[in-house]
Amino acid sequence: MTAPLTAGSVALDGNITAAPDAPEAFIASRGFWGHVGHRLVRDPVAMAAGILIVIVIAIAILSPWITPMDPYKGSMLRRLKPVGDATYWLGSDELGRDMISRLMLGSRLSLFMGVTPVLIAFVIGSGIGILAGYVGGWTNTILMRTIDVFFAFPSVLLAIALSGALGAGIFNSIVSLTCVFVPQIARVAESVTTGIRRRDYIDAAKLSGASAFTIMRVQVLGNVIGPIFVYSTSLISVSMILASGLSFLGLGVRPPEPEWGLMLNTLRTAIYVNPVVAALPGLAIFIVSISFNLFSDGLRSAMEIRQ
Amino acid sequence: MSVIPNGPDPFATDRGGPAQPLLSVSGLFKHFPVRKGTGPKRVVRAVDGVDFDVLKGETLSIVGESGCGKSTTAKLIMGLIERDSGEMLYDGQPIGERAMPWRSYRRQAQMVFQDSYASLNPRMTVEQSIAFGPKVNGVPGRQAVERARALLARVGLEPKRFAGRYPHEISGGQRQRVNIARALALEPRLVLLDEAVSALDKSVEAQVLNLLLDLKAEFGLTYIFISHDLNVVRFISDRVMVMYLGRVAEIGPSDQVLAAPSHPYTQALLASMPSLDPDNRTQEALLAGDPPNPIDPPSGCRFHPRCTLAEGVCSAVEPPLSSVMPLHRVACLARQPGSGHSAAPSEAIAA
Repeated sequence: MTAPLTAGSVALDGNITAAPDAPEAFIASRGFWGHVGHRLVRDPVAMAAGILIVIVIAIAILSPWITPMDPYKGSMLRRLKPVGDATYWLGSDELGRDMISRLMLGSRLSLFMGVTPVLIAFVIGSGIGILAGYVGGWTNTILMRTIDVFFAFPSVLLAIALSGALGAGIFNSIVSLTCVFVPQIARVAESVTTGIRRRDYIDAAKLSGASAFTIMRVQVLGNVIGPIFVYSTSLISVSMILASGLSFLGLGVRPPEPEWGLMLNTLRTAIYVNPVVAALPGLAIFIVSISFNLFSDGLRSAMEIRQ
Repeated sequence: MSVIPNGPDPFATDRGGPAQPLLSVSGLFKHFPVRKGTGPKRVVRAVDGVDFDVLKGETLSIVGESGCGKSTTAKLIMGLIERDSGEMLYDGQPIGERAMPWRSYRRQAQMVFQDSYASLNPRMTVEQSIAFGPKVNGVPGRQAVERARALLARVGLEPKRFAGRYPHEISGGQRQRVNIARALALEPRLVLLDEAVSALDKSVEAQVLNLLLDLKAEFGLTYIFISHDLNVVRFISDRVMVMYLGRVAEIGPSDQVLAAPSHPYTQALLASMPSLDPDNRTQEALLAGDPPNPIDPPSGCRFHPRCTLAEGVCSAVEPPLSSVMPLHRVACLARQPGSGHSAAPSEAIAA
């Protein structure tokens, strides 16, 4: 029994004993997220992207133990070896360090800088957006107009300006990236919440005497979290690219820590000597961010279930 | 015996005794502002001075065309929108004041909405939706779920099969049963049914109406039943209130109002009901045109531009609600002695 019961069960309405021997599967009903998961598994593109993300995350977690060579140990004699070298499978960088080891270890910081700001912004932005959307009126106006101020700046510029003001470093980069994403997520959260706040079930919840907080937590959250989550996952790639950009400009991670954006920066001088190696960190950023985007697209279409 | 575990005696909360109206509404006003450029401030007179009582244990139906203010009245009664002015007494106590704050009033007054789908949270199972009310009112989780299941069984949905379903997995009639169960979960005394059966198939509608009658007897409920279907109203109500453009046109016992309507508007409404007798078909519409714009209601009697009995006096004087029979009151100058209308009964007969 997979299809939702709509038209077919009308006849059962009056006579509930019509089918007393309904099988067990008929009783157990798959919740919304169950349906989403079911549909997501059947989407080959989203699944491929998802598997790639899982592999990258596994590499990131395990990298200190599985890198083929020491990612910090350089060699002046073996600088900028090409891809396909017998010792350095993906070549070596401008200081003669193994590229594949550095890319593997670099995935840790790159992923961390991509996911953390979005995660923090997801919590804060959803909170602001749901509050503004549910309460409405003056609260909405004040919150959303304040949010709009942030939209006056392009996000790259805002991230650079904030990072520049706060100073270089991983923590400051995360703070500035979070500030970039909070308004964007809050705006999405506000618009989906405004869309459901006038539904009858919200009125019914009000009539039951529930507090505004309880209604937001129990009745609103479950209905708006999906779209906000999808939008947030699509921001992970943006965050990774922005974080890499900050590192590239010297505002994020500092050498000799491997991070894809920073590697791109330090290798740019080698672009005429060994362009393929110089492009590898960029390729890594590209693959991971497009995986996040494809996965988020798949998630969105999986959630478009007609209700 | 109550099906609700630990259910209280429905009359335990009674204060004023049987003669005290359960809900008494007087001078209820609600005007919605219309934003239109920079012109003078205009308002939609959605509810424009409505008075009525809801007696204990009765079913009062509110009928009228779309836009007559019946749904706004419902929302005002439930406090979903704020009234501009007017007094509402619940069992003799003013609602929203210290003795009867909204919170405790709402535990005793619940509502069933017209759209059975929109009134259930699509992300919650049927059981969770019903248990939500008791839970936020301090009933422990397990007990609330038990109560939800007992109520599901009471409204004719086998808990084993339906408790874990989501709203989109059940039919409209089943959803409306769930909505009724949810309304009853707080053990209310007053249930407001806003077009609660209008969207259902005729056969399902009849079952749900019978269920409503059973529940009313079992839990000692009082219903306010809002509908535009006069057949349904005739079936379920004790008294009927007819609204026109935010005002009460006629109110009285249902057999009197529906069998011998006094207000020309009620007469037209009843005459416009399709007849099942082919020899007695309605040949022409008795009620021409749409109701006038509630932003600019007609002067005097609001019905006079569409009324067959209209005279000069009708556009000048606003008719008050006056008795034509005991308990049966009408707002029409043609029925009011000494109103100046040529069809008005003489003073002597009325006295």
